[in-house]
Amino acid sequence: MIRVELIRRPQQSALFSALSPFIAFALTLIAGAILFWLIGKPPLPALYSYFIEPLTEIWSVHELIIKATPLILIAVGLSVCYISNNWNIGAEGQFIFGGIVGSLLPILVPGFGGPLLLPLMMIMGMIGGAAYAAIPAFLKTRFNTNEILTSLMLVYVAQLFLDWLARGVFRDPNGSGFPGSIRFPAVARLPEIAPSQGGAHLGIVFAIVAALVVWFMLRSTLKGFEVRLIGTSPRAGRFAGFSASKMAFFAFLTSGALAGLAGITEVSGAIGQLRETISPGYGFTAIIVAFLGRLNPIGIVAAGLVLALTYLGGEAAQISLGVSDKVARVFQGMLLFFVLGCDTLIHYRIRLVRRAIASALEKS
Amino acid sequence: MNDVGATSSSPTLLKVEGISKTFGELKANDSVNLDIVPGEIHALLGENGAGKSTLVKMLFGSLQPDGGTIFWKDQPVVVTNPMQARALGIGMVFQHFSLFDALTTAENIALSLDEKIAISTIAERARALGDAYGLPLDPNSVVGDLSVGERQRIEIVRCLLQKPELIILDEPTSVLTPQEAEKLFETLFQLKSEGKSILYISHRLEEVQRICDRATVLRHGKVVAHCKPSEETPSSLASMMVGADVDAVERASKEGPEGDALLEIRDLNRAAASPFAVPLTAISLAVKAGEVIGIAGVAGNGQGELFEAISGEVLQKAAGEVRLRGSDVGRLGITQRRRSGAAFVPEERLGHGAAPTMKLSENLLLSRYRTDAKAFLGSLGVIRNGAITKATKRIVEEMDVRKSAEDPEAAALSGGNLQKFIIGRELDRKPAVLVVNQPTWGVDAGAAAKIRQALIELARSGSAVLVISQDLDELFEVSDAIAVMHNGKLSVPLPIAEATYEKIGLLMGGAEPGHASHGVELGAS
Amino acid sequence: MEIAQNILLTIATAATPLLIAAIGELIVERSGVLNLGVEGMMVIGAVCGFAAAILTGNAWIGVAAGIAGGALLSLLFGFLTLSLATNQVATGLSLTLLGIGLSGLIGEGFVGKAGVRLPTLDIPVLTDIPLVGRLIFGQDPIFYMSIALTAGVMWFLFRTRAGLTLRSIGDNHKSAHALGIPVIRYRYLAVMFGGACAGLAGAHLSIVYTPQWVENMTAGRGWIALALVVFGSWRPWRVLAGAYLFGAVTIGQLHAQALGFGIPSQLLSSLPYLATIVVLVLISRDRRLTTMNTPASLGQPFVPDR
Repeated sequence: MIRVELIRRPQQSALFSALSPFIAFALTLIAGAILFWLIGKPPLPALYSYFIEPLTEIWSVHELIIKATPLILIAVGLSVCYISNNWNIGAEGQFIFGGIVGSLLPILVPGFGGPLLLPLMMIMGMIGGAAYAAIPAFLKTRFNTNEILTSLMLVYVAQLFLDWLARGVFRDPNGSGFPGSIRFPAVARLPEIAPSQGGAHLGIVFAIVAALVVWFMLRSTLKGFEVRLIGTSPRAGRFAGFSASKMAFFAFLTSGALAGLAGITEVSGAIGQLRETISPGYGFTAIIVAFLGRLNPIGIVAAGLVLALTYLGGEAAQISLGVSDKVARVFQGMLLFFVLGCDTLIHYRIRLVRRAIASALEKS
Repeated sequence: MNDVGATSSSPTLLKVEGISKTFGELKANDSVNLDIVPGEIHALLGENGAGKSTLVKMLFGSLQPDGGTIFWKDQPVVVTNPMQARALGIGMVFQHFSLFDALTTAENIALSLDEKIAISTIAERARALGDAYGLPLDPNSVVGDLSVGERQRIEIVRCLLQKPELIILDEPTSVLTPQEAEKLFETLFQLKSEGKSILYISHRLEEVQRICDRATVLRHGKVVAHCKPSEETPSSLASMMVGADVDAVERASKEGPEGDALLEIRDLNRAAASPFAVPLTAISLAVKAGEVIGIAGVAGNGQGELFEAISGEVLQKAAGEVRLRGSDVGRLGITQRRRSGAAFVPEERLGHGAAPTMKLSENLLLSRYRTDAKAFLGSLGVIRNGAITKATKRIVEEMDVRKSAEDPEAAALSGGNLQKFIIGRELDRKPAVLVVNQPTWGVDAGAAAKIRQALIELARSGSAVLVISQDLDELFEVSDAIAVMHNGKLSVPLPIAEATYEKIGLLMGGAEPGHASHGVELGAS
Repeated sequence: MEIAQNILLTIATAATPLLIAAIGELIVERSGVLNLGVEGMMVIGAVCGFAAAILTGNAWIGVAAGIAGGALLSLLFGFLTLSLATNQVATGLSLTLLGIGLSGLIGEGFVGKAGVRLPTLDIPVLTDIPLVGRLIFGQDPIFYMSIALTAGVMWFLFRTRAGLTLRSIGDNHKSAHALGIPVIRYRYLAVMFGGACAGLAGAHLSIVYTPQWVENMTAGRGWIALALVVFGSWRPWRVLAGAYLFGAVTIGQLHAQALGFGIPSQLLSSLPYLATIVVLVLISRDRRLTTMNTPASLGQPFVPDR
């Protein structure tokens, strides 16, 4: 019997702070190879089609960027939440609400066009997401209600609400009965960056700008200090004169707005209409992205690309090897597990103790 | 400083030979030797951080030694866990009680008994034993509702129920009034007369001299002396503990005319914030420029609640309940109170006064980002690292903070050094009012003297200083007057010339100042 | 009146998985550990139970496989949070994500297949008593297990020494450690018990409630179970009451959907989730009461000094 003992480091290890995401990724690859072997697929070709193949063609790099955009946007917002100890796990719902509110103009006012339309849609999307995120923040600060559970419950509510809209009042009357709104006119579509090469749209620019702004905020401003202080030591935060309630709103509104922006970006950029489902679980995958990026917005950009790769790789592996696309989800879950486990190395040294020795001593 | 071993005729109960324990770089115990004979009270003396707690944790099985041997009745033993220690006959009364707030007294006791006995039987036995040793307790009360003194009784009764031959007491009097401490000593003498041995950990030299037969002195993890306390003087014991003479704190008597009241508390009330908290009732106090007022009291009588109320972490109902430099601040938060010239140092260093995982420079910003906004913040709230680093260096030099890295995390500093930094952080602002809770709790003697001196000097330079402390020695050293907190109420401050340990002790125990003279003579001494 | 019995029966069936999962999580939280992975363990229990039942043709083996699946997954959570002292909230979330992913993969070949149903109790005479016979004597075995589990946990927590020890660890793990109580070992056992319960709850879904495998078939029930623990303020009988309340809401909205009323089905479907939020708000409004009931060391990682 081997027991794990943790010995606290006097200082956080800078080495493992940098290394831990890479170790986690390497461990995920090893575990992935074992998984492929278990389901009877050749491990190395499978890993190749998962992690390399999507990068070999320019159009699939565009696909990668399309998938990474919502992940990065949401995860950057979540990093503010998680650093400040506000556990928003309902980004999926905020994403959906951003998509809905952002789509109101093209759906309800089809004649409205002009250069203001897209900026308005984006802003409304952010307002939609932020407003939906304000609910758990309000319940947490006013009624002391656990935000994990409320934000999550609101995801189911948002999904059902969108389903109702897309099959009901927002359904395209000319859509021969299929659910989904009218297809957006070109003025309501986010422009593509390089239309001749692939479909990546302006959303990735939003994502990178958001990451840079939040990174600077967290690193160099008093607001960022407040976020970090309240998160690491709430009582010291109160002693410093910061309000945990205001911080809850700040964190939830920021992450809600970014998730909402991701939602309308997805609808206006990648999909082009409001459908009964607009997300393959981006709001949840973004949680993994946030942690893999070590809650650092710059790291999150890289992590978002890695997780987007698992989505694409899943499709690629299904086509070339007949591997189930469900494997992608398993990959994502394993990755988060390994990331969390490796983060222990930043704060502790790990010692393995054979229990047999201890009990032998006991007998003597 | 003569070496006194156990006389060869009496067998040793416990003998420790060359025991060592290392945490990372720190040698907490370095080849420690100790022996205890039956029926003696043996003192383990040493400063904070000298390694006393580490040693007793190893005796009780909570920690494993890296080297050395423990002999119990001349047999070598390996104590792997507290259960085994109890089975041998070693009992422990922890300084930071190992009790469970949500459970009843009887349940708390049951958890440390290794045989399975019905709770009702335990309750009966505990009550009987408590009565026999003058330690009354109510087995059905929920521990969270009890005072510190009552909790200690539970700890002691719980320990005695296991019929130990050796009882380890870790700083037992630090939570007691002088009168309660007397009662505890009686209990200890009774146990001694029954042939039980006691390992008594303390840094209070007078009481060690009074009750202990022999003493072992630790310094920086090493045994520096075995001695008979009765043959020593407090100062000789102190110099063994500290290794060098500690500068005595100098308190020049207050001179000049009465200063203005810079901090005023008028009829402050506060309801209990949590099920186990103390409400504050009708507290009034004025601290004038140039003086240090001390607030004495046993832990848990509302000192923390009072501190939060004065600092503005918790607001008052009426603005006039707290006044700073003549203006009402009761409805203002801690930031505005700081801007009115006040500074605060809370009891808990890690997690309240400082964020453990943040660097010292960031911890400087924690209390000063608004008062020194011009120096530390640029436009858009961008933090000016250069200015903060410079100020951090200044404080580190001024207060002689010893650290291992250029800008370490707060948690990496020793308690004393972190406390010097936190106090220095506030002194550096030259505040008009300083409120400090437990300024030298868990701090080594050198640092404590430095901190106390700094508090007095701040007052003498024209500031008002309020010191809340459970350490009476400290209060008598620094204060111009001492008030006592009991059960959420504050007594009128006694000028230091009139204050005695006895009077303060009675007030700490809850005697009404008006009626106290009937019981014990307060006036004449 | 037979209708009333039928409705009550469906309520009991809907409440049973919630109750079992919540009782398991109650033990986990009483030991001071917050496992947000109930949804993940439950869905794994559902798929393992369903698959094992189909492959062996024996529903009981399915139930056992569900329990084993949940417990195994919880061990992963235990290793990370207890041995490696990771953040419990994040680790619990990742357990849910992993569980959902893994169950999708395992269950891929079983989508659309007819499952094996656990037979309900059928005692001659007794089960045929009008009005109450089937309610008391004619339900599925897991229903009886859920009631026994609740009573057993109640007895364990408040009448046994081990239960007292578990509560003490949840109240203050440092004190418990100082007294020589093996904190980590107790917590491992509690976490695995919680995992086994979640697995059993999942197996109930795929073997009793709707004997088929649909991806994500737990549909948030694991999260509702977590809310029930808070709602029941960490007391077994109150958790039972909460589970039946939610069973009633679920069944009520299903009946309302069947009857129409012109209310959108999506709105009705969201009722259980909205009800969860409302109930949580009502129960946690009183901050003092919540603080008093919550195990004090809940969610705090424990690393002893060495």
